[in-house]
Formats: sequence, structure tokens, C-alpha cells
Amino acid sequence: MFVTVRLFARLRELAGASELRRELPDGAVARTAWESLVRDHAALAEYEPVISCAVNEEYARLTTPLKQGDEVAFLPPVSGG
Amino acid sequence: MDRFTVTVDPLNASAIAAAVSSPRCGAVATFIGLVRDHNAGRRVEWLDYEAYPALAVKTFERIGSEAAERWPSVALAIHHRMGRIAIGEASVVIAAASPHRADAFAACRYAIERVKQIAPVWKHEHFEGGDVWIEGATADPDDEAAKQAAFERACS
Repeated sequence: MFVTVRLFARLRELAGASELRRELPDGAVARTAWESLVRDHAALAEYEPVISCAVNEEYARLTTPLKQGDEVAFLPPVSGG
Repeated sequence: MDRFTVTVDPLNASAIAAAVSSPRCGAVATFIGLVRDHNAGRRVEWLDYEAYPALAVKTFERIGSEAAERWPSVALAIHHRMGRIAIGEASVVIAAASPHRADAFAACRYAIERVKQIAPVWKHEHFEGGDVWIEGATADPDDEAAKQAAFERACS
């Protein structure tokens, strides 16, 4: 399956892109997409304990299943306000 | 006017307060977050705000629902600005209107605490001599302890 990955703030800078297309195996969950990114961008790894994720513009878990065409976003700790 | 929004345009607190006010309201509490000229010992020159706009709006709506559960009489608005914002300008405006002031103050405080906990928004601080991404809380809207902490701050 193909999914769109969106990255924000420092994660976007570390990966050098705000949006990426990834091919993932059937049965993939959000964590599968994250691990696929970390393989290409090792600097992202340090964020693993503190990231949040969203699937199709709703907060989700790293265990949330993905399907073809989903948009999965990874978010560093937030600092709005 | 939308009650929950992100925008690159300057925020108008009076207009946002007016949008939640109604004849049944005797109070409207507003919170205006401003860009400050110092942070952690650094001289801040400006902030660049990034957001995940679609999720940010949904998150503001969620905060609105949480506030409505606790303070049913309150009408709430949350507007967050994105992009480059100069010192002294508003980055966020929250307005809470209700028949009586206590609920308006409490809901307004609750909303800004929740924005800081879970809104997908990031500050990129440009200071004298460099820049840094500010990273606060790991956003988890289902974290009941965080919700409780926001509620306690609102009611203290």
C-alpha cells in the first residue's frame, strides 16, 4: 500500500520534506511508517519516545492500522499558544 | 466568524469576543497570547508559528467540546495565528462568554492550558544569534491526567 506521510516543525527539517509518499507492507500500522522513515533519516530516531501521530487528520496511536491512501502525520512535542 | 480557526492574518480580539457574546451573556473573558521579547535567557527577535491546520481546528473543536461538558453555559472561540509574528503581536486569542464571570474565566483558562497541551502548533524561535524549535508537551488528547491538570489550573 501507499500512504502519504506528513512531518512538521523539527521533524520536517530533519527529514528535509514536509510530505513523503511511502510504500508499506499489508498490515502496516503507523509505527511501520515511522520505522520506514527512520531507516532513511536516522536523525529522526531520537524523537521516537516523544512523537504523537495522526491518521487522516485525527489523533491516532502508533498501533493504528493503515490502509491504502491514508495520510499519516508525525508530530514533535507541541508548543502552541 | 468561525469559532475555531488558524489563520496567517493578524488576530482581532474584540471581533473574536463579539463573536461569542450574546444577550444571555453577562461576561466574556479573553486571553491574548503575545510574542515576548525574551525566552530562556535569549533575546527573541520574532517567532515563526507552524501548524497542522486541519488537525489544529479539530483539536480546538475538541477543546470546545471538553469545555462545554464542564461549563455548559459557555460559548468558546479559539483563534491561533501562524507564520511570522513580531514581538508584541498576538499569536492566540481565546474568548469565553457566559451568563456569569466565573464560568467565563474558568473556561478561558482551561482552553489555553489545553491548547498548550494538545494543539498541533509549533514555535520556531528566532533569537539574537540563532534559532530553535520550541518543544513542549507530547500531544495526547486522551491523557486524562493532563486534562485534569488543565481543569485544576482553570479552577484554582
